[in-house]
Amino acid sequence: MARRENSEINAGSMADIAFLLLIFFLVTTTMDVDSGISRKLPEKTPPDQKNDVIVKEKNVLDITVNRNNQLLVENEFVQVTDIKRLTMNFVDNGGGLSAAKGDVPGEPCDYCNGAKDPTSSDHPTKAIVSLQSDRGTTYGMYISVQNEIEGAYNELRNKLALKKYKRSYNDLLDDFKENGTASLRTKIDFLKDSYPQIITEPEPIK
Amino acid sequence: MSKFKKKKKGLPAISTASLPDIVFMLLFFFMVSTTMRETDLLLKKPVLPTASEVKKLELKSLVSTIYIGKSKDPRISGDKIQVNDKIIDIKDITSFIFVERSVRSEDEVKLMTTSIKADKDASVGTILDIKEQLRDINALKISFSTTKGTDLKSNY
Repeated sequence: MARRENSEINAGSMADIAFLLLIFFLVTTTMDVDSGISRKLPEKTPPDQKNDVIVKEKNVLDITVNRNNQLLVENEFVQVTDIKRLTMNFVDNGGGLSAAKGDVPGEPCDYCNGAKDPTSSDHPTKAIVSLQSDRGTTYGMYISVQNEIEGAYNELRNKLALKKYKRSYNDLLDDFKENGTASLRTKIDFLKDSYPQIITEPEPIK
Repeated sequence: MSKFKKKKKGLPAISTASLPDIVFMLLFFFMVSTTMRETDLLLKKPVLPTASEVKKLELKSLVSTIYIGKSKDPRISGDKIQVNDKIIDIKDITSFIFVERSVRSEDEVKLMTTSIKADKDASVGTILDIKEQLRDINALKISFSTTKGTDLKSNY
């Protein structure tokens, strides 16, 4: 009986098969990281509870977008690219005192670089950005405005962080993500408290 | 002189024996990192707006996504909302979030984020309605999904 020797299997085509699979996964893979502008919605107050807060008009920056995607800031016609500058000027103005906390009287803003215009916002912690949009405004425009407002706050925080900690706010956030120490936490919280994002969105124009 | 001329002529062939190993390594990398698309879009694929101040969404398992866009059928106008392979009404968003919450543990619920993937031509009215629905049930963390870029002109 002829007994054949077990011949070795040719593994030369293994690479081809692996390549085929590799190309398949290369094509089908999607490494999309979901990124976007994050917002925290305000909590709903019970309907029986009246808490109308009275705010001075000079502490509110009115941004209105109409259905033709045209912008009105403080009753002046502007472009999207102007919003960042206008918001920064408004928030960083520091024309007055911060809100008094209990017995502690309000203090002037010692980190603001604004014009100290008495007709603009008193203090960054009092400055409110109001974004009024129309139901017919396109989402892209809405996001652009949101983006510019976010950019204004980020730049103000960056400036303060560079002055105080010699490191920008974004870098601090990155550091915190890598290793969250308590001292970093307090730094970030300080910056956030110095320039809190107070954005209100009134009912849209019908 | 002949002593030095004994070297072989020509280059030896490069061994390709380790090629399969390299390819397999790459293959495993892509197999592990790949994510198959979980939802089939029933809408026209939303063209996300561009924004420069974006933050990455952490904790992907805690993100529930709402798609907003136009219907594939050009005769149907208006914004359509899709969650989990279904086109739904604005009123049903609350029940969608409740279902999403029910499969997570209690302490994860407050970390849950709603990602809104809307077309840049969608109307703000729809978005604000959704935000109102989310506020009703205390799902307060939202993220407007955007692509990163500095060219905001393409948004409007």
